[in-house]
Amino acid sequence: MLSYIFKRMIGLVPVFLGITLISFFVIHLAPGRPTDIQTSMNPKVSYEARLRLEKLYGLDKPLHIQYFSWLRRFAVFDFGRSYVDDRKVSEKIAERIPITLLINSVAFLLILLIGIPIGVFSALHRNSLFDKVATIFVFIGFSTPEFWLALLLMNLFGITLNWLPVSGIKSLDFEYFSAMGKMMDVARHIALPVFISAFAGLAGISRYMRSAMIGVMHQDFIRTARAKGLNGSEVIYKHAVKNASLPIITILGLSIPGLIGGSVIIESIFAIPGLGRLFYESVMARDYSTIMGVLSIGAMLTLLGNLMADIAYSYADPRIRMTGGE
Amino acid sequence: MLKNKMVFVSLVFILAILLFAVFAPFIAPYDPARIDADSVLTGPAPDHIFGTDTLGRDVFSRIVYGSRISLSIGFIAVGIAVLIGMFFGSIAGYYGGRIDSAIMRFVDIMLCFPTFFLILAVIAFLDPSIITIMAVIGFTGWMGVARLIRAEILTLKERDFVAVSKIMGASDRWIILRHLIPNAIGPVLVNATLGVGGAILVESALSFLGIGVQPPTPSWGNILMDGKSTLGVAWWLTIFPGLFILFTVLAYNILGAALRDILEPRLN
Repeated sequence: MLSYIFKRMIGLVPVFLGITLISFFVIHLAPGRPTDIQTSMNPKVSYEARLRLEKLYGLDKPLHIQYFSWLRRFAVFDFGRSYVDDRKVSEKIAERIPITLLINSVAFLLILLIGIPIGVFSALHRNSLFDKVATIFVFIGFSTPEFWLALLLMNLFGITLNWLPVSGIKSLDFEYFSAMGKMMDVARHIALPVFISAFAGLAGISRYMRSAMIGVMHQDFIRTARAKGLNGSEVIYKHAVKNASLPIITILGLSIPGLIGGSVIIESIFAIPGLGRLFYESVMARDYSTIMGVLSIGAMLTLLGNLMADIAYSYADPRIRMTGGE
Repeated sequence: MLKNKMVFVSLVFILAILLFAVFAPFIAPYDPARIDADSVLTGPAPDHIFGTDTLGRDVFSRIVYGSRISLSIGFIAVGIAVLIGMFFGSIAGYYGGRIDSAIMRFVDIMLCFPTFFLILAVIAFLDPSIITIMAVIGFTGWMGVARLIRAEILTLKERDFVAVSKIMGASDRWIILRHLIPNAIGPVLVNATLGVGGAILVESALSFLGIGVQPPTPSWGNILMDGKSTLGVAWWLTIFPGLFILFTVLAYNILGAALRDILEPRLN
């Protein structure tokens, strides 16, 4: 098992390098330099000062040298300093990451806990009323722009009903709350963002689970299990669901980039100081070092998610464990 | 029966939006850029059926013109994605071996990428023009097509007609373009139809964030940007453009699912 995990981690290294390479070159080939904001938009800065600044950031060196020096520093999580406020990028990321992780992991759990039962139930009761309603829900889930849903829910719960706060993650008087009150306060703030993050994913997972279950239910070993006298629920939960969840694990792994990408939109709408909003702000300010930092941390989170999916997969499927997955 | 009706309604809706886009000047009652200081933020009424925005512009006219943007971005972005995907997918599937594993590794990397981050970065660095948006959505959306084409070609290339064609001296290019791709087009068509909806969603999200289609050009997403600033005041600025996005994407998704049922009956 350990050697399998190790093997998978080694396999992820080239993927990670590929991701950083693509993002590095895309960002640097684009016109405009980070020093523009401090220099060409500022009439007081001379041409020489501008060159000095570029030298300071290493922007005068060839691209591949810049990439390797960036990569070397990345090994120790040193992303350099932000071009905007000269704070350490790693610090900026570290303070933004917990809230993004919190929202995304709660959303992820919701997707699992609600999506899979919906899919299983739809598959077992094909063409029932429940199945039809679930199908319509799936189509709507796939087609709804999440920022629009966010606006509608903000309007309904925040303005019309005045039940939930619509921006930030803490109330103004947060410091005066008890520990319990603080938790409740954060929970109330992230309720809508979590729901919206989970909405589209829920549709996808329940649909995949449904078709996987339908596929499995037709297979021979299910008939065998029935024939040897196991009762219905045992066949379904011990044999069918376990086998049907194998492809779901892969799909869950693949859905992580979407969740992380979606946090840009959600955090911007709800003014949540997370990784997505930091990315949006740094993109707007052409803050290269922060953009690269967030991109690679985002990629790393994605890879970590994939690795966890791999491990879960090998746990669920002994064939993978034994042969090393090839 | 219900399914057939839904597909029919979707087709009608898609056709209607297409007509909106083509005949926008004849359908829109007002110039979408006409500012009317006397009727700022008026609700839906007979002379402005979807109301007016913060500058007094007619929301219905802006939505009609916005359909041009959404549809052209949807189609062209998907076109780019399909071309790139076909290119990589057919080469990987046909030649196999090292080329195949290199290309598929690249596909894996792209699939691992938080694509929206990449789109955002590229668009903020380049000018956020309509062309940039089309290109970026296309360049980050081809992986599904590549996988589908590769999988189809892997099985197709073992078939007799390919062997016969080879014996007759056909070049690889000829075999791929004339025999393999036409036979593998079914799943791609399904993927492309679903992709149009996806591209429209991405475009509207970008425009909503203010880095997509730039005002004053109307797009469904940037009308919603106005809706955000007038939340709780002017519901029509949020409801109508959002419903247009939802129904259009929904229609393409339903059509895609119906195509899948027709073209890939073995899945059922």
